[in-house]
Amino acid sequence: MRRYIFSLLLGLTFCCPVLVAQTPAAASTADRLTKLEAQVAQAQSSADNAWMLTSAALVLMMTGPGLALFYGGLVRKKNVLATMMQSFAMMAIISVLWALVNYSLAFGPGTSFIGGLHNAFLRGVGLTPDPDYAATIPLQTFMIYQLMFAIITPALVTGAFAERMKFSGMALFLTLWSIVVYSPMAHMVWGKGGLLNASLGGRFPTLDFAGGTVVHITSGVSALVCALYLGKRVGYPKEAMPPHSVVLSFIGACLLWVGWFGFNAGSALGSSPLATSAFVNTHFGAAAAALSWALAEWIRNGKPSALGAISGSVAGLVAITPAAGFVQPFSAIVIGLIAGAFCYFMVIKVKSWFGYDDSLDAFGVHGAGGTIGAILTGIFASSVINPIFKDPKTGAALPSGAIEGNWHQVGNQLMGVAIAWAISIVGTLILLKLVDMTVGLRVPSDDEVEGLDLTQHGEEGYDFAS
Amino acid sequence: MQKIEAVIQPSKLDAVKDALVEIGIEGMTILEARGHGRQKGHTEFYRGREYTVDLLPKIKLEMVVPDELVEKAVQAILSSARTGKIGDGKIFVSKIDDAIRIRNDERGPSAL
Repeated sequence: MRRYIFSLLLGLTFCCPVLVAQTPAAASTADRLTKLEAQVAQAQSSADNAWMLTSAALVLMMTGPGLALFYGGLVRKKNVLATMMQSFAMMAIISVLWALVNYSLAFGPGTSFIGGLHNAFLRGVGLTPDPDYAATIPLQTFMIYQLMFAIITPALVTGAFAERMKFSGMALFLTLWSIVVYSPMAHMVWGKGGLLNASLGGRFPTLDFAGGTVVHITSGVSALVCALYLGKRVGYPKEAMPPHSVVLSFIGACLLWVGWFGFNAGSALGSSPLATSAFVNTHFGAAAAALSWALAEWIRNGKPSALGAISGSVAGLVAITPAAGFVQPFSAIVIGLIAGAFCYFMVIKVKSWFGYDDSLDAFGVHGAGGTIGAILTGIFASSVINPIFKDPKTGAALPSGAIEGNWHQVGNQLMGVAIAWAISIVGTLILLKLVDMTVGLRVPSDDEVEGLDLTQHGEEGYDFAS
Repeated sequence: MQKIEAVIQPSKLDAVKDALVEIGIEGMTILEARGHGRQKGHTEFYRGREYTVDLLPKIKLEMVVPDELVEKAVQAILSSARTGKIGDGKIFVSKIDDAIRIRNDERGPSAL
């Protein structure tokens, strides 16, 4: 009997787990749901990261070889390498500087004007997302994407002092410029706690989707200051200095257009419908501006030039940059049409009125285009495309721009524009003076006449005889 | 031996070369040149700045020929290079003191 009871108890011991195992069916569904939610988030993250890494590559391509070719073709043959080298130098110098200190100054926590050194040496910049910036991609993706913007901005400035700047002076000046002008501006518009940050509750929320103020106004206005401070090239304006290769500039401009999809659509920080809006607007802005510049030229000179058409497209791309993720497609066309004509006027008329030698029209295209684009963003921003302003109580979308009745936003845009102009002028003047007194800015005039490729770099761009 | 220098329109190069080969002249030097006589240049526009281009592309042929071929060569060039418009170019003929073949030291008309 005892043996019977014992084996019965033993049998029950083995049965109980089986009986109990019936109820975990409810727990395993919850487990599976949790796993599924994690997988969906992972898939979203993968999609966003793929687009963002691609965008980062596209933006780097805008500098090298896009801008290098665009600028290189516009200068005389004897300066082609020196000009391209200035853009390449930014790719090298700014990258290292970004890792050391500039990322932290731009995007680390700090004041309303500048970040601190919390993220210096990329400390804390790992593979987990920072939800304040981009919740679905690794922070390193965000960091590397922003780096590409930090590279192209000083590279744009080189257009103002092309054909007469010392390589050493340029390298020192733009290194300091990236710390003193770019990082603070980037922080104010895009950084945590930034004064002008529209997404993170800045005091004067400036709508700047991809860098109309941060990149184009700062580089363009700084370029103007440089052109005025350095003075004109030897022989300007009497001596003929036509571009030595509009072919190179053409290739560069087309690379800029394609790369700009990364610049603007990537600023959506994910592969979302907003990225689509930015992509679409970028394209229409470029196309419309190419038409309006070409048309203006056709009317004035009787012929539309290739250089004019590509310059127009760049002007349109500049102007649509702050607006890309905020406006409807047709607004993008209007912005492009205005920008093409306006920048044409700035380059053709205003430059000769004042007589400054902005060699490659960095101010006429980027400074002017960025300014007009930033203001037009305040007019055309639509909450239907991007509900950037929300009612704090109800969460409902508030009007974005003037076309929705929010004329106050135009005032905020002007504030952002004014701060960009101010920091560029003041910062650039101080740094030019500093570098002038130490390393020196201009090459001696004999070297300038001989050409920078030989005198600064000991090279020739083309040696067809060999 | 005489040297014939002919500045012609670039588009006429093939016709002139063929005409010269036909009369037995195969050795010549061809240079890409720029220049103008009474032909006016043209204006180009880059970013709103006007550039007057006076120097127009030309082709210059140089050849040293035996005396008995000089007039035939000149006629061959004239008939193949002429369009009748300003800018057709010019031919110059000058005397040559000596000609030496580098390969084997040969001198004189047989070196041509």
